[in-house]
Order: sequence, then C-alpha cells, then structure tokens
Amino acid sequence: MVRLFYAGWLFHLKNLSNSLFFVLISVLQPVIFASIAFFMYRSGQRPGTLLYVALGAGLMGIWSSTLFGSGGAIQWQRWQGTLEIVVAAPAPFLLVLVPLTLATATIGLYSIVTTLLWGRVFFGMPLAFAPPLQLAVALPATVVSLGLMGLLLASTFVLYRQASAFSNLLEYPVWLATGLLVPLSLLPGWVTWISWGLAPTWGIKAIRSAALGGGDAWGAIGMCVALGVVYLILGAVFMKNFERLARRRATLSLT
Amino acid sequence: MTSALRVFFVGGTISYRALFNWIRPGMYVTTMLGSPLFQILFFTYLGRYTRNEDDTFFIVGNAVQVAAMSSIYGMVMGIANERQFGTLSPLLATPANRLALFLGRALPFIANGLVVSAFGFAVSWALLDFSLARSDLPALALIVLVTTVSCTALGMLIGSIGLRARDVFFAANLVYFLMLLFCGVNVAVDDLPGWMEAVGRALPLTHGIEAAREVASGAPLGDVGGLVATEALIGLAYAAAGYVLFRLFELEGRRRASLETF
Repeated sequence: MVRLFYAGWLFHLKNLSNSLFFVLISVLQPVIFASIAFFMYRSGQRPGTLLYVALGAGLMGIWSSTLFGSGGAIQWQRWQGTLEIVVAAPAPFLLVLVPLTLATATIGLYSIVTTLLWGRVFFGMPLAFAPPLQLAVALPATVVSLGLMGLLLASTFVLYRQASAFSNLLEYPVWLATGLLVPLSLLPGWVTWISWGLAPTWGIKAIRSAALGGGDAWGAIGMCVALGVVYLILGAVFMKNFERLARRRATLSLT
Repeated sequence: MTSALRVFFVGGTISYRALFNWIRPGMYVTTMLGSPLFQILFFTYLGRYTRNEDDTFFIVGNAVQVAAMSSIYGMVMGIANERQFGTLSPLLATPANRLALFLGRALPFIANGLVVSAFGFAVSWALLDFSLARSDLPALALIVLVTTVSCTALGMLIGSIGLRARDVFFAANLVYFLMLLFCGVNVAVDDLPGWMEAVGRALPLTHGIEAAREVASGAPLGDVGGLVATEALIGLAYAAAGYVLFRLFELEGRRRASLETF
C-alpha cells in the first residue's frame, strides 16, 4: 500500500512537472500575482508586507494547481483511456486517486519556493523565519489538506462534464475568501463562515504564523489536519458512489 | 468582393460557433462571466486593503481588461484550433481571400469581448456601488470597443504563431496574465519600473484603460483622443504583424508540407 501510494505520488509529480500548463500556474502565475500585489502594497505604502505577499501568492499557486489538477483528474484519466484500467485494478480506486490529488497540491510548493526566491532576488526580501520547526510542519500539513480537498473536488466534479468550467470559476473566489492577500475582516461577515471550511484559510494562517511569528500556528495546523480528515471521508464516500454508479450504468469511459 | 464579404461574415460566424463544439453554454457563462466577476471583486477588495487607489480605478481597469479574455483566448482558438482539429489544410486549400478569412474570425470575439466588459461594469454597479454619468457611456463604449479590437489584434498575432508553435495556449495564458501586470490594470503604469512601463506602453490595453479611467472620472472624449488613437494604432500594428505571420506560416507550411505536423 505504501509502495502504491509513493509510486503514484512520484509518477504524477513528475508527470505534472512536465506540463507547461502546470509550470505556468504553479511558477509563473504566482510570481505575476505577487508582483502585482507587491506594487499595489508599495504604492499604498503598506509597510513590511513583502513576505506576507510572497507567502499569500505562493499559496494562491498551490490552490490553482490543486484546483485544475484535481478538478480534472478523473476527466483526464478518461481522455487518456486509463480510467477503466485503474478502476478495474485490485487496488482500491481511492488509493490510486489520493496520490494524484496530493501530487497536484505538492507541485504547488513550487509556488512558495518561487515567490520566496522572487522576493529575495528582485526585492531583497529577508528570509528570516521565526521557529523553523513550525514552518516545517505547517507546509506539509497545508499541502496534504489541500490535496485532500482536491480529492473532494475530483469526486464531485466527476459528475459534471464541464468540470474545467468550475475550475475556472473557483480560482478567484477561493483566493478571495481564504484571506490569501486580502484580510477576511475586509469582506462581508458571511464570507468568514465559508472560509472556515476551506483548507487554504488555515494553511495560510499556519504558514504566516510560522514564518512571521505571532498567531496560533499549531491551532491552524490542527485545523488543516481536521479539515483534511473531513475531506478524505467525504471524498471516499463520493468516490465510492461514483464508482458504483459508473460500473452499474457502464458509463465509466463516457466523456 | 461579395465572396470576400461572405468569407468575412459567414466564415467568422461558423468559426465562432465551432468553438461551441466543445465550449458549452454552461462553460461559457462560468468562464466568460463568472471568472471576470470574481476577478473584479478580488482586485477591488485588494485595492481597498492596499489603499493605493479608489474602487473606480480597479473596477474600470479590470472591467476593460476582462474583454481581453475573449479577445486573446478566443482569437487564439479561432486560428490555432484549425491546426489542432486537423481542418487547417482543407481551409487553406480553398481560394478564399486570406485577409477576409483572417479578419472575419475577429468579429465575433470583439462582440463577445464587449459583452464581457459590459457585464463587468454592470456587476460592479450592482455589487460595488460603481457609478457612471449617463453622458459618459457612449465615450466609454467607444474606448472599450477600440481596446477590445486592439486586444483581438494581439490574439491574432498569438494565434498566427500557433500555426507553427507546439503549445500556443501556454503563450496565450502567459500573455493574458502578464497584461494584468504590465498594462496598468491594477497598478498605474507610472508606478511601475521604467522598463515595465515601456513594455506596457507597447502593448494593447494600456492606453485604452488610461482613457477609460479619465472618461469615468468625467473627462470628455476629446481630452482622451490621443490615448484612443494610440490604442488603435497599436492594435493596427499587431493585426498587421499577425497577418504577415499568418501568411508566412501558410507559405512555409505549404513549402515544407508541415501545415498540421507538430
């Protein structure tokens, strides 16, 4: 089981890293958005926010790669003709899919690295992090929780033929509603309720608290883990239902 | 002449409708209307937090820029998809007027861009208390039209490159995002470093957005005539470059028998 998980994760990581589209959304797009935000912060004379922006833009990249990667995961398997094979394999389908959705979130780590390098090289941003242990835990916790959120997306988007349209639609709202660059206090109160159910909200809190100091990093990491478990349970239920219906109706390979 | 006009209008319409072979109305609504709506909200709220400009700055910048979504992606698909879908060779085997063929594809995307931009302004009025004097509307509509045409010309250029390049959609995505940074959509071009400002001023959109902002703040059309003319000239230059590349790649593709090879 561990071998299956690791081999799947590594395979998809390499596969996605070779895709120009994922290079764009996990490397170039975050740098472009970080630059826009930085110039906006600078001309608005908001002090000491470069690392804040770099981390927020980095997490925007993780969300984009998870959204587009996981949202289209099953559809891509269909187009490539591999869906029947992986469903028919003795290994549970969930164990094949989770490494894929985790890989889509993992390549988002390129975003964090790129935006930090961007800040360091072009703007002389100091990379002095508060307790490194917290950051070392916060980053993987965030990636895993987003990867499991990707599983939930994959298991629900599969019901819709136009899943990529949902992906296009959901990129900005989640950037906005999770406080990646805009504090939640600025948004209408009901947005905060939604944000509590979204892993990036807690991921950015954990990463920022760990990197900048202040805030409850461990509490946010705990919320990432808790939400990850909820996503996994819901994703497993939805996926089981999808698999059962697709087998019964013989619609597995239909696009 | 009649035949060229038919190719221009009918060919362009059929090419646009062909996109709906795979773009369903649901996808159109979420991508072309949903995504711009949230882009406007995102940058307006970010602007409220950074306090570098007022809401109008971001609303006008983004509501004009979202027209580029149709202009660039649509135009790229309108030209480059012929190669992807294997219809390029039959198309270029016809004696159809190439200029009519090329320009006709732009018309639906220009109309589409105008709709998207108008939607952006309308939702900003509904959700962000954006207001505009009724007398400014015709001038703003003209500016958005010129800017959309200009962005479509850039889409033509990228689409023409798609007759040769392997992954032109990467270029289209990259250009679209770079326009957000370089064209003064959310940061005034004067506030960018000199080289970025120079790049931005050579791109479509920049002058159009500047003109739209001035009109939205009450300036008459006459005051922004220079900006609008510059935007139009930039568009013309990109359209000419796009057409030259289109012809060049057609001739090269025929000579090397590589029209649809990747």
